[in-house]
Amino acid sequence: MCMAKLHETTATELVQKLSTGETTPVEVMAAYLERIGKLEPKIHALTFVNKDAAMKEAEKAAKELKGAKGKKKPLMGMPIIIKECISTSGIQTTCCSKILQGYIPPYDATVVTRLKQAGAIIIAKSNMDEFAMGSSTERSCYGPTMNPWDVKRVPGGSSGGSGAAIAAREAPLALGSDTGGSIRCPAAYCGVSGIKATYGRVSRYGLVAYANSLEQIGPITLTARDSALLLGIIAGKDPADSTSVDMPVDKYSEGIASLKGVKVGIPKEFFGEGLKADVKAAVQKAIDKLKELGATTQEVSLPSIKYALPTYYLIAMCEASSNLARFDGLRYGMRVDVPKGNYDAMFSKTRQEGFGPEVRRRIILGTYALSAGYYDMFYVKALKARTIIQDDFKKALAKVDVLAGPTMPTTAFEIGTKVDDPLTMYLEDILTVPINLAGVPSLSVPVGSDKAGMPIGMQIMGNFFKEQQVLGVGMALEDVLQFYKKIPPLAGV
Amino acid sequence: MAADDEMQVIIGLEVHLQLNKLRTKLWCSCTSDYHGKDPNTVLCPVCLALPGTLPVLNKRAIDFAILLGLALKGDIQKETFFYRKNYYYPDMCKNFQISQYDKAGGVPICVGGELAFRVGKEARTVHFLRVHMEEDPGRLAYDGSITSSPVAYIDYNRHGMALLEAVTAPELRSPEEARAFLKKLRAIVEHLGIADLGLEGSMRCDANISYKGHSRVEVKNISSMKEVEKALTFEMMRQKQKIKGGGEIVQETRHWDEVRRVTISLRTKETEKDYRYFPEPDLVPVAIDKKMIDAARKAMPELPDARIQRFVKQYQIPEYDAGVLCDSKAMADFYEASVKLYNDPKDVSNWLMGDVSRRLNEDLLEIEETKITPDALAQMLQLIKEGTITGKIAKGLVKDMLAGAKPADLVKKHDVKRIDDKNVLDKIAREVIAENPKVVEEIKAGKNPRTFEFLVGQVMKKTRGQADPELTRETLKNLL
Repeated sequence: MCMAKLHETTATELVQKLSTGETTPVEVMAAYLERIGKLEPKIHALTFVNKDAAMKEAEKAAKELKGAKGKKKPLMGMPIIIKECISTSGIQTTCCSKILQGYIPPYDATVVTRLKQAGAIIIAKSNMDEFAMGSSTERSCYGPTMNPWDVKRVPGGSSGGSGAAIAAREAPLALGSDTGGSIRCPAAYCGVSGIKATYGRVSRYGLVAYANSLEQIGPITLTARDSALLLGIIAGKDPADSTSVDMPVDKYSEGIASLKGVKVGIPKEFFGEGLKADVKAAVQKAIDKLKELGATTQEVSLPSIKYALPTYYLIAMCEASSNLARFDGLRYGMRVDVPKGNYDAMFSKTRQEGFGPEVRRRIILGTYALSAGYYDMFYVKALKARTIIQDDFKKALAKVDVLAGPTMPTTAFEIGTKVDDPLTMYLEDILTVPINLAGVPSLSVPVGSDKAGMPIGMQIMGNFFKEQQVLGVGMALEDVLQFYKKIPPLAGV
Repeated sequence: MAADDEMQVIIGLEVHLQLNKLRTKLWCSCTSDYHGKDPNTVLCPVCLALPGTLPVLNKRAIDFAILLGLALKGDIQKETFFYRKNYYYPDMCKNFQISQYDKAGGVPICVGGELAFRVGKEARTVHFLRVHMEEDPGRLAYDGSITSSPVAYIDYNRHGMALLEAVTAPELRSPEEARAFLKKLRAIVEHLGIADLGLEGSMRCDANISYKGHSRVEVKNISSMKEVEKALTFEMMRQKQKIKGGGEIVQETRHWDEVRRVTISLRTKETEKDYRYFPEPDLVPVAIDKKMIDAARKAMPELPDARIQRFVKQYQIPEYDAGVLCDSKAMADFYEASVKLYNDPKDVSNWLMGDVSRRLNEDLLEIEETKITPDALAQMLQLIKEGTITGKIAKGLVKDMLAGAKPADLVKKHDVKRIDDKNVLDKIAREVIAENPKVVEEIKAGKNPRTFEFLVGQVMKKTRGQADPELTRETLKNLL
């Protein structure tokens, strides 16, 4: 195989080429490492490149592929990028925070264990907003990631490193995590696919918690088909995660036979104020395509999602304020010693210097909201609102098979334009957070570009554990739109 | 100011029981057998709460909790939840403790319950507010007293052990009552087989102490049953003195300093911690169905109260004696094992409650902390019965037996045997009579029958207790 064409290959195709021997794990790994070397100075998507170890693993994989056993591994020799907040044994897992500098985990997240068992090789760790708190990947202690479609713009966030790396073809597969849109936002902004599965579908063991009750690890890949391939490996009950659900994992890659008779609901609230005209037009066009392919559409309503943003931020900040308490400098990571001070002084100083301003803001707000006298007013109320939002989704999805709407209200914005204005930044999440509150699966697929050439994503949302249907719709759509064949100019080398 | 006897103290206890009879910790598969291991060696990513790890509930811990709840006659809840109790402290790897809560929608595993116990001869009943489950934090150690130690050491081996916290209503009225209550609770827990409370730090208390009409003070860090009485006594004295001196009791949390034997203020109401409880998102609600409760009822072993009744019936010993024996499972087990080897239940009970217990109390030891065996006790009783040694000689052997010595070996080693040679006794009795002419006169005058026993005692003294008491009496009577 001509390695110059690597960037035109999807993960699904590459798996095929590896198993037939058309190419080898060593060839693939070397080529992607070379691309990383060339592209990283431009986009800074990665925080750590596992260069030597990955090459060694690739050599092992090459040997294994010669035997019958190796051929059975579904991702044999496939390089994969792992987000910085997913625990990788022996490889830094910092959540892109100063406070975790120097921390090397002694254990693998369950998804990483499953990937390794499937034959995948960690090629790099990817950049993110500190502790996944952000929608632009500007708030990383390693500095921002640039969007490969326009390096002046953000890649979205918080899994912006994974999104940008996939768009730039630095690897065929990547993992992100999605608490309030952190997979779908960068997928949309970078013109790639990404799915947040049903809450409980993918084990969270090893995902450094931001807001436990909302988040899932999930794939970020070039195509929906690639996402289906990757989700099939990482999904499934994990005894180490009590919130993971014991349901059979469907054959996601098979998708659905046809869009004929598939009922697509169009939630009118997704097309309200603040939606950029280009985004609206591209999503509308994609919906028309679904109709052409045999789907029927109808308008549905999710009236309560107007409460989603405050509900999401309350729950996320409350949980975060507690989750992040363990970072105190005592056992691992950064520590600021306070001579003659007690542990309280050391904790305070370490946390003050170790956390960035957005993380501190969310910890303080969450702490406040959980405090005596405010708990009922904020947290309890947010939980109630969450149930109402979830009911909206249940009602809508009782009438239709999937919902479709824009992933983000706009396209990727310029670096530095929103980072100092938290409220404007929070508004970015208005269309993604309702899905996390409801717990249902949602796939973002690229459906076009705006006038400036920045990609536009569409969300396909489904009922609980209906990932196969959601992915099936996405695959049918990408087969006709073929956005994945468009390559950002800087990555077309 | 109120006089001493009018001042009524009210005590409530929060008793932490460490479920060290579980094979593993509460959230992970680390062994629960950490006692005596090197610091920070019984750990894994989960119990160290490394970033990204998640707790998984040890299901047997729930079974243990149901057992205790039923034994205390509490209401086992159909659905129970874990909550996070948030506060910063170096002994907690997460800076929050996974616990349970009875407010903000929380439901502890067991609500209500009661415990009947005796203080001396008085029967008392104390009620429970709840029994809830939580994780044990690590252990902090100091160089000497907490107030003067330049460093604090942390051992996380204990981190993540399962605890049950039994919270009483404020119904205890004295340190003695508190101790008696704890003793009974301990006996129940040990009979249930859910914890070995003899292990260091396996039964810890926080106490709420107040005098009627005054503010409440919480004393934390009472590390054992033995410390409870000391801590309560000190704190009561402190409060009483303050009230008598016209001062006001501040609502606060105090720390029991075992080294200096005082309570010291940790924080007052103004700086009282706000624990910001909220439901633990990493764990799912625990459903407890009838099947689980039925299974616990079926598995319920004989508890101290039932055992006392059985002892009375089976061994024909007084209820009081049976009660004392069943205060400790180890003692009750020891008793039954001994009776099997030496079939005189009353005699065995007399020795255990008498000389053996006296020695144990003197050394502040529990019977399981010594090396005495039922076999040794039975052997000793057998030697008395056979006439090889006297009861008096036997009393002298108890100390060595607690250290593990066999009575037969002791008899040989110290050459202590009953003297039943009439000629020998006759000689000694004559000596005693000759040495105590006044007493002999008194006896002959029939003035005081007790004086006769004085002469018996003198013979015993001369023979180091080895003279057979009956033969001695006979000999003396004949000579007089």
